[in-house]
Amino acid sequence: MDGIHDMGGTQGWGTVTIDPAEPVFEEDWHARTFALGLASMGASGTNLDAFRHALERLHPLEYLGDGYYGRWLAAAETLLVDSGVLAPGAVESRARRLLGEDVVEPADVEVRKPSYERGGAGSLRVIEGKPAFTVGQQVKAHGVRKSGHTRLPAYIRGHVGVVEAIRPAAVLPDSTAHFTGEDAQHVYTVRFDSTELWGSDAEPSTLFIDLFESYMEETS
Amino acid sequence: MSDDPRSTDRPPASIRAEALEELLTERGLVKTEVLDGFINRYVNDVGPLNGAKVVAKAWVDPEYRARLLEDGTGAIKELGFAGPQGEHIVVVENTEKLHNVVVCTLCSCYPWPVLGLPPAWYKDPAYRSRVVREPRALLQEMGLTLDQNVEISVWDSSAENRYFVLPIRPAGTEDLSEEELAALVTRDAMVGVAAVKVAA
Repeated sequence: MDGIHDMGGTQGWGTVTIDPAEPVFEEDWHARTFALGLASMGASGTNLDAFRHALERLHPLEYLGDGYYGRWLAAAETLLVDSGVLAPGAVESRARRLLGEDVVEPADVEVRKPSYERGGAGSLRVIEGKPAFTVGQQVKAHGVRKSGHTRLPAYIRGHVGVVEAIRPAAVLPDSTAHFTGEDAQHVYTVRFDSTELWGSDAEPSTLFIDLFESYMEETS
Repeated sequence: MSDDPRSTDRPPASIRAEALEELLTERGLVKTEVLDGFINRYVNDVGPLNGAKVVAKAWVDPEYRARLLEDGTGAIKELGFAGPQGEHIVVVENTEKLHNVVVCTLCSCYPWPVLGLPPAWYKDPAYRSRVVREPRALLQEMGLTLDQNVEISVWDSSAENRYFVLPIRPAGTEDLSEEELAALVTRDAMVGVAAVKVAA
């Protein structure tokens, strides 16, 4: 999907500062949210790809407003509400009660965790069938702006690159995030020249990105 | 969900996190000690010191270096480092002519077994957006000035492969032990936004 998360090449974000003394978790709730985010996938019967898609579906203000762990918190809640593990509004009303407000908490709803089969732990799979593309081959990334989860960023779509390496096959996030199957397929590292992506006056560099086989097509 | 992120009176994130933990604990869906365990692992056990050991070993042991570049996951596992976000780790080597830098433009993918959790700057929209488009300018702003004849490769971690930079061993470290070398290697150097320097 097109959204706030797809940041590659977007502009207006300012500069980056490094804090060499940064702790692993700056605040206690960051640490709790990190752990809750991990736990939310199991508790909602979902998976990491669905968690990433939950992040992508957040309102941009929610994505950015409370920083990285703010969006983790919102994504965890999204998955749990989608699965019926928590009722809509349950977190907010509990939070208000913690703040001393006298609010009624919503009744539990029917749990409806997604049902789907996994072909094993993790994301890597051994698949039959040879890779459709070879190292050194020129390929084009699909230009379709599809809805739903994908790991084909906007800045790559429609551009021509060269296959650098064939990586282990893996489940397709576009499918697993929506619980429609695994669709495991070959994965390639593809290199793109910066001028292909950003125009002839781009700063010289080479971009390497991992693309699933169904993201790519032959160039004519 | 129901609360509008644009609303100005929504409970702060710290309170919402506490609420979420309560709700899940009450339902028996999470255990406090399990959550504590996740946190403890990444605060105390898994961090950039792991990666620094990998780098130092590669600097002193040419056979290990060769294995690391051929099969990053396997060579890293030799030192006991594996786990979530490390299913397939690819090691890319910096040279006098080529500089590698790693990003995840879509979220925050990062090689946890060797580097722990990503720092704030790695997750910053400015880093995610700019390093694929103007890496040399951004690295300069972050304190790393690369010579004009050094080519830049940027690795966008868009699938489940995780990228790890083997930095250049600094001159003047020929007499240092593996342990002393590891102490020089920083997290930022293993992501590719800094060079390894000899302590002043």
